[in-house]
Amino acid sequence: MEKVAFNVQEIRKEFPFINRKVNGKKLIYFDNGATSQKPQRVIDRLTNFYTNENANIHRGVHTLSQEATSAYEESRINIQQYIGAKHSHEIIFTKGTTDSINLVAFSFGEHLKEGDEVMISAMEHHSNIVPWQMLCERKGCRLRVIPMSQAGELLLDEYNNLLSSKTKLVAVTHISNALGTINDVKTIIEKAHQVGAKVLIDGAQSIQHTKVDVEALDCDFYAFSGHKLFGPTGVGVLYGKEELLNDMSPYQGGGDMISEVSFERTTYNTLPHKFEAGTPHIAGGIGLGEAFHFLNSLDIDQVEAYEKELLDYATMRLKKIEGIKFYGEAKNKTSVISFLVEGTHPYDVGTLLDKMGIAVRTGHHCTQPIMNFYNIPGTIRVSFALYNTKEEIDLLITALDRIIPMLKD
Amino acid sequence: MTIQKKEQDIIDEFSIYDDWMDKYEYIIELGKELPIIAEEFKTDNRLIKGCQSRVWLHADLEDGKMLFSADSDAIITKGIIALLIRVLNNEKPEDIAKSDLKFIKEIGLQEHLSPTRSNGLVSMIKKMKMESLKKLS
Repeated sequence: MEKVAFNVQEIRKEFPFINRKVNGKKLIYFDNGATSQKPQRVIDRLTNFYTNENANIHRGVHTLSQEATSAYEESRINIQQYIGAKHSHEIIFTKGTTDSINLVAFSFGEHLKEGDEVMISAMEHHSNIVPWQMLCERKGCRLRVIPMSQAGELLLDEYNNLLSSKTKLVAVTHISNALGTINDVKTIIEKAHQVGAKVLIDGAQSIQHTKVDVEALDCDFYAFSGHKLFGPTGVGVLYGKEELLNDMSPYQGGGDMISEVSFERTTYNTLPHKFEAGTPHIAGGIGLGEAFHFLNSLDIDQVEAYEKELLDYATMRLKKIEGIKFYGEAKNKTSVISFLVEGTHPYDVGTLLDKMGIAVRTGHHCTQPIMNFYNIPGTIRVSFALYNTKEEIDLLITALDRIIPMLKD
Repeated sequence: MTIQKKEQDIIDEFSIYDDWMDKYEYIIELGKELPIIAEEFKTDNRLIKGCQSRVWLHADLEDGKMLFSADSDAIITKGIIALLIRVLNNEKPEDIAKSDLKFIKEIGLQEHLSPTRSNGLVSMIKKMKMESLKKLS
């Protein structure tokens, strides 16, 4: 597919939200770590599905059902190709990253025994902590945590020391939602494989910012959400290697996931349907396929370079604010900036920025262990996407220059 | 002075502010005034855990009237608390329990009571009423 050179003004035209006003001001949306805005083509795809194609999938002989099934399965193939999976049946549709991680924690988790170890890192989102704690409680396993430095980088020497034949699964984030750190997942995966452990990568913050190739990474599982990469909410993906998925039992039973059912015995459907019990989010899956078409129309390396420019520019401007402290200063980081300004509370800063039409995230970002690590209640987080501009960053700085003196004693 | 009268006073005070900036500057000033809870009362059992800002509340009954003191680490939350205390302090528990505190909406601060704000204010109001009910029983 022909890639067009990246031009932010052209990109912005594809996103109708840029016309939105908040509190009488033009909206500046800097909360992309929480969710991204949607391009018109994704919105149109959803509308068209509900207008013209709505039917249940995998079960009707009628035309509409066949069309819906084809569209849904084509979407699976788009995603497979984009992330470099070997087979389309390695793409399991889920509700999102959290749902994908829970699927692995329950189904793969059934293989674990007392005394086995699951390893996560100090910078995980609660979604990549709690399912493993629940698993460890069920199975009598031990949860180990890879520590991080003050800059927000994982300590890979410590990781090496923690790895052993007891390690059965390593679950780490590709990119930290709170700190922006891009982890060296390739090395993490290699090291884990050397002791026979499997690896799940939490990719919730990745595909919208950087190239992801699951085969090159050689990860065993890769989890992500649709809504953070310009797709609909309520739909996401679990990628898993075929042989691992085949070896796992489903943890949810229902329609579509069965081969034969009797009161004595049920046999399961093949991949990917075995893990997709019940009527799925059909429109969402199709809309997600459209989001991948959108991503595919871009040169992701150029997007990454542009977002790096935004990151560097914003960091440079913010640095000049008196009393500012950044959290997450990894050498390799994506367009997320977490900070606090001395003498101000993030809630107050976020409230006043909102009054000025600027949407940022404040609080602990579902990463309380990180906040405890730095001994802070939360941060102000600005997170950029490909449609943000330097002019918007200038307006953020102007707003902060106005707000901070108001809040300080 | 009744709760309703005090609420009306606040509504009148806020009516002079046309723009949100002036209004928030006033709330922030209220929040910056002296600590509204004694330091020894800022204990974990008096802490209302909000997602974003923390609120401490202490309640007492004196001569049949409620006496509240409270604090928050966020200044806007603290300013709104100052208004709530002004309205509810020295009132009878039964009057507090049935108050609807509609001044918050009237002065345009309703958004601070929305669940997504998670600033502890909703829980604080609930707790003020609960403490009042407790003193009644």
